[in-house]
Amino acid sequence: MPPAAFPLVMAAPRQTLQCVAILAGRGVWRHLAAMGLVPGAAITVLNSRGPGGPLMIRIGDTRLALGWGMAQKVMVRPLPR
Amino acid sequence: MNERITIALAGNPNSGKTTVFNSLTGARQHVGNYPGVTVEKKEGTCRHQGREIHVVDLPGTYSLTAYSLDELVARNFVIDEKPDVVVDVVDASNLERNLYLTIQFIELGVPVVVALNMSDVANAEGKDIDAELLSQLIGVPVVPTVGTKGEGMQALLDTVVRVVERHERPRVSPALGHELEEHIREVTDALVAGGVPDDLRPRWVAIKLLEDDSEVHELVQQHSANGAQLDELVLTARRHIEQVVGDDAEIALADRRYGFIAGACREAVSLGQRQRLDWSDAIDSIVANRVLGIPIFLGFMWALFELVFRLGAPPMEWIEAAFTWLGAQVAIILPEGGLQSLVVDGIIGGVGGVLVFLPQILLLFLGIAFLEDTGYMARAAFVVDRVMHAIGLHGKSAIPLLIGFGCSVPAVMATRTLESRRDRLTTMFIVPLMSCSARLPVYVLFAGAFFAPAVAGKVILSLYVLGAAVAILLAKVFRKYLLRGPVTPFVMELPPYRMPTVKGVLIHMWERGWLYVKKAGTIILAASIVMWFLLSYPPPPASVADLPENQQAAATLAHSYAGRIGRLVEPVIRPLGFDWKVGIGLVAGFAAKEIVVATFATVYSLGETDEHSVDLRDALQRDPQFSPLVAYALMVFVLLYVPCMATVAVIKRETNSWGWALFVILYTCVVAWVGAFLVSQGGRLLGLA
Repeated sequence: MPPAAFPLVMAAPRQTLQCVAILAGRGVWRHLAAMGLVPGAAITVLNSRGPGGPLMIRIGDTRLALGWGMAQKVMVRPLPR
Repeated sequence: MNERITIALAGNPNSGKTTVFNSLTGARQHVGNYPGVTVEKKEGTCRHQGREIHVVDLPGTYSLTAYSLDELVARNFVIDEKPDVVVDVVDASNLERNLYLTIQFIELGVPVVVALNMSDVANAEGKDIDAELLSQLIGVPVVPTVGTKGEGMQALLDTVVRVVERHERPRVSPALGHELEEHIREVTDALVAGGVPDDLRPRWVAIKLLEDDSEVHELVQQHSANGAQLDELVLTARRHIEQVVGDDAEIALADRRYGFIAGACREAVSLGQRQRLDWSDAIDSIVANRVLGIPIFLGFMWALFELVFRLGAPPMEWIEAAFTWLGAQVAIILPEGGLQSLVVDGIIGGVGGVLVFLPQILLLFLGIAFLEDTGYMARAAFVVDRVMHAIGLHGKSAIPLLIGFGCSVPAVMATRTLESRRDRLTTMFIVPLMSCSARLPVYVLFAGAFFAPAVAGKVILSLYVLGAAVAILLAKVFRKYLLRGPVTPFVMELPPYRMPTVKGVLIHMWERGWLYVKKAGTIILAASIVMWFLLSYPPPPASVADLPENQQAAATLAHSYAGRIGRLVEPVIRPLGFDWKVGIGLVAGFAAKEIVVATFATVYSLGETDEHSVDLRDALQRDPQFSPLVAYALMVFVLLYVPCMATVAVIKRETNSWGWALFVILYTCVVAWVGAFLVSQGGRLLGLA
């Protein structure tokens, strides 16, 4: 059984994870997909500004800022080996 | 043979699209608007192989869905205007993500040339991209370019001309996996059978239908004879995909596209030795640090305003002197009378009034262009996001608000980066509460006249703080009652830090500065002619000539339309402790806030006066209506009341609605009245009068 998914906001800095789902509306979902954030993508948390603040993440060569609310909707799990 | 070629320049934000545009067109560009929307349309021309090439710079977009206005504009331009070639500028150092947009152009079937831009950066990162191989894999020409140095532009134009002459189209359609392809073919066939015109590109339409794109769906329903049957087919296909692939059709499609791209990149890109230390990450660990982030941000802002006010002051004096000289020369040539007064006071004074601020505006834009081009501005939005959240906005709104301390006009224009209309309007409405530089002379005059030098500075500072506090309060109110809706998700790309080019920063600065001169300039010019008329007409009765000279101006003013307006508004502002003379100043301030001081000078029958004038201060102190309390109430009123005409005009232009512009005028006046009333009457109750 694969490890349970959790929201991105719970990830520790510098941890690399795999995105499993994005619980957002169609418009936001498409926008994120075009920026490289799709289910399956590997996400590294670079920096965060604490509860309520945004997260800085890296996907491939892209660096994104995600608001806290948005990051709560990005479900991740540890990267499979 | 030698017809004009139209190129649409597309690409992700931060792909260096602007540098390619500048390299291609040089100074031959102009800025307009796309019809019906306030998205800027930049166009330019160049000549190549004897052909005239017309370049349209599309807004930077990540995809061709219709998420933001920018994306919709880009998509509609490509579909409706049918440019001869789409030049897709791709950031070579972030190839996979950038090719996602390229794939969408290829799916659309339009002629595409990829400009593999910033290939120098990619090389420095140890990425070696085989452009020839990449071109074979994705089926469209790929030309390496370095927009900042103008490299590869000739090759790019050669390719564009070749593509047009040989009518080249994308040679391969990216395979999206056989489960999906089956359904795409099925829907495509149904579309063709239903008589969808061929120039709508059935395969692309089929993909968009499977993705549940509402715009395309509507289009198909208009053109297709078998609409209902088609809907049924698409629905079945979507269900089937979900069963077989286990994902929503749209997720599956995005996944396959990235899969196709990853495959192409694996073959065409060879990674050299392990990447060196990533500078951007290193800088971010300091600049976006949880503790240092905010202090560093405030430090940059302080430095920006020091730059603007210190370096801006001398050229402002030169411009002022130049206009005074010009006015004096004209006064010699033209005979005394209405015409002379119109040209000298109305027109030259008006144009001077705008251009005097140009050095400050240009320096402000220079600093902002520098912060943007280096990549810091995106970090600033990241750092202040949480603070902005407290008032129902997010990080991106901070940038226009900061610009507002300089001048509201460019600040309102800077709200364009906000995708959500609600965020954009809220930000635009509170921008005027950021105390702009034009209000400072009023504070200096009254704080200097009614407060001890030791307190005057603190009094002025308190106004800046009050403005920000009222802005926070009102943003919350607007978000709660007027522009209700969920907080828009904050998603923003943080580009790698880059050393900006001098040319790039200067072009950036000039574009915005010129808009200021052109748009705001015409309005202030017109406004100052109107003000001049109101202050000069009707001519005073002959009896005024008998008055002592120092009272003639005041009597003329009292008789003028402006004086009558002052008396008209007096009952309204009486509860605040202001009389009709203050009323004239406030009405005049609608043209531009700086005019308030000049008008007071005229009202108190003094000649040329500025805010440091001891005479005007004495005159104000002698006026029995004024006390420190009333003076403070007046400063609060000037802080909060109606933004200048130029700002109102820009708000009208940006919202495309007189209604919102009127709303701003009304709400600011109400808030200012309430604020000044509370100060004036509250202070009286507390025994401060």
